[in-house]
Amino acid sequence: MRSTEVQIKTADNLARISKRCGQWRAALFGGVLIALFALLSGAASEKRLSVYSVAANYSLPLVQRDGRDYVGLLELLEPLGRVSAKAEGNKWRLRYNNVQSEFQVGKTRARVQDREADLGSKFLMENSRGLVPVGSLASLLPRILGGPVSLHEVADRLFIGNVATHFTASLAGDNPPRLVFHFSGPVNPSIATDNGILRMTFSREPLVGPASPTLTFGNKTIPSATYSENNGVSMVTVVAAAPVFATFGGDGRTITITPTSTPAQSTSAPTTPGGQPAAAGQPGTATPPAATATPPPAPLFPAPRRYFAVVDASHGGDDHGETLSSTLLEKDVTVAMARSLRQELESRGITTLVLRDSDANLAVDQRAVFANADHAAIYIAVHASSSGHGVRVYTALLPFGEDDRGPFRSWATAQHDILPISQSTASSVASELQKRQIPVRALAAPLRPLNNVTRPAIAIEVAPQGSDVSQLTAPDYQQLVTSAVATAIAASRDQLGGAP
Amino acid sequence: MIPRHMAIALSVLFAAALGLSIYAWHVRKTVVSAPRTAAHDTRPLAPPISGPTEQVVLFVAHDEDGTLRAEPAQIPMPSGRQQRAEELLRALVSIYLDRSSPHPLGPGADIRSVFLVDPGVAVIDLNEAFADTHRSGVLVEGLTVASLIRTITANTQGILKVKILVDGKERDTLAGHADLSSYYDVAAVNQLATELQPGQ
Repeated sequence: MRSTEVQIKTADNLARISKRCGQWRAALFGGVLIALFALLSGAASEKRLSVYSVAANYSLPLVQRDGRDYVGLLELLEPLGRVSAKAEGNKWRLRYNNVQSEFQVGKTRARVQDREADLGSKFLMENSRGLVPVGSLASLLPRILGGPVSLHEVADRLFIGNVATHFTASLAGDNPPRLVFHFSGPVNPSIATDNGILRMTFSREPLVGPASPTLTFGNKTIPSATYSENNGVSMVTVVAAAPVFATFGGDGRTITITPTSTPAQSTSAPTTPGGQPAAAGQPGTATPPAATATPPPAPLFPAPRRYFAVVDASHGGDDHGETLSSTLLEKDVTVAMARSLRQELESRGITTLVLRDSDANLAVDQRAVFANADHAAIYIAVHASSSGHGVRVYTALLPFGEDDRGPFRSWATAQHDILPISQSTASSVASELQKRQIPVRALAAPLRPLNNVTRPAIAIEVAPQGSDVSQLTAPDYQQLVTSAVATAIAASRDQLGGAP
Repeated sequence: MIPRHMAIALSVLFAAALGLSIYAWHVRKTVVSAPRTAAHDTRPLAPPISGPTEQVVLFVAHDEDGTLRAEPAQIPMPSGRQQRAEELLRALVSIYLDRSSPHPLGPGADIRSVFLVDPGVAVIDLNEAFADTHRSGVLVEGLTVASLIRTITANTQGILKVKILVDGKERDTLAGHADLSSYYDVAAVNQLATELQPGQ
């Protein structure tokens, strides 16, 4: 009897212990799950800066301090060249190739090659690691690297050098409609479709958008496409009334969007660069082309591109240019106009570099250096004005060339030998604008850096056709002007290409 | 022995003389040390222009059609070559400062001085208000520069190149566009002035 009671008590205790152990296990398991979820959600929300350069494409983590995004400057520069940094007290010295920079903790200004640079926010140092505000990279890096840098701050994308991949979209054929994207470099986006919407996500390519983020095609089946970029990736979304699929071609430089129900599907199957379907047009399917075919391998160190045209969006950063209205600055109009001109030129097969593709400070001397170093066939500076009507096309008014020595030209008169070709190009541009009923004048102007450019160089100053300055921001007016300029440049291609 | 009333009278007179002397010294010191503000400075800046007027040609910018027009004017001219150049440009600027100006300049815009340096160099020194209040734009700034240079060279022989300073110092641009960092080639500006004539 006694032994039975003991056995029952022992069994009760074991059951209680076992139950308690079960509760502990459940609690432990739950805790692990919560920790894992927190870890994963933390990782998912980590902001990163995508960096595109000739040497490498990479991304870096961003840290938030005082409500601003910061990035480690040493880590940013390491893939680009020889770089070293040294912390001394509250000073942080950086050496990139032969460029010396000095930063001071808590200061908003730094010294780069004995010249002051504005960081816009405090410099921070954490464990000897120098952190600079992301917003300062647009003005800081050109001085350290000695080349153009374009920062898309909102989207956390940084373009170092002439690396951007541009695209144009055009609709070919009405029945069935085919939307053809031409890219200036090979691309390999992941593609997803959902209820007549096809999304191409470019996570590795330095893709930049057209002048207007929304492209309309005036077609019922494929009415429009939009470009967007966010958190280090860019995306092109095609809106269609019917299921569509994408076909790769032209060594990854062309993507054709076609409705699935068209005869084209049966006669010519959509293929990736390897010849496989890129994306089925069924709602809910998502087929990254890389899963079915291997794109052509990109060279590790692609040679710098040679651009036929260099389009310079004048002013920028602290230099606002003319205050066109209480809400409109010349620097903003010029960059929109420059992007529009790039799109028009590239749609005519003319490779184009926009010198200032963001709101960055860029000295006139630097603009001339980039144009000269690139050996572009034509340099076009874009200005905007509230006075007068239509467009003025300028060539250089050369200053007194007192420093010219024999065959050596001074910097101020570098344009001298090529000026007749510049003037001839300006005349062609003026004629084309005139054909489109736009009031136009061709003049000389004391406008830098036209006189410092060694290649054919013109400037256009766009004013509204009437008295309404807001016309300068109207995409149709911008396109009217830029398409005329692009047509004239395309027509002068032979003459410009052969310029010495 | 001096009578008492005489002593009192002499003391009063001596005290009065001493007081007046101190007051006079104080007044003189105040007048000498009083700052001469620019607004109240009525001293002449240049010798009065008088005598017979001369017919000159001013190249006046017109914004409404973006042209530069040669307009004859009768203005009193001094005899010195440099002073003549300054008067020419001041006459031009006074047109631009007028209420019905065809090419308005900002308030206070003026020519500080013009230097004619041989061989063939003219230096036009604008005041700060001229550049700081100037409207921005390639054409509008180009018209001002062409107007100044064409006016001075059309009425003064032998100028080959022109430098424009602002408040005695070099400046990159007039108002963001027209280059002021180099010497203007008079022949090139004359060519531009021809292109800017009405009907060209």
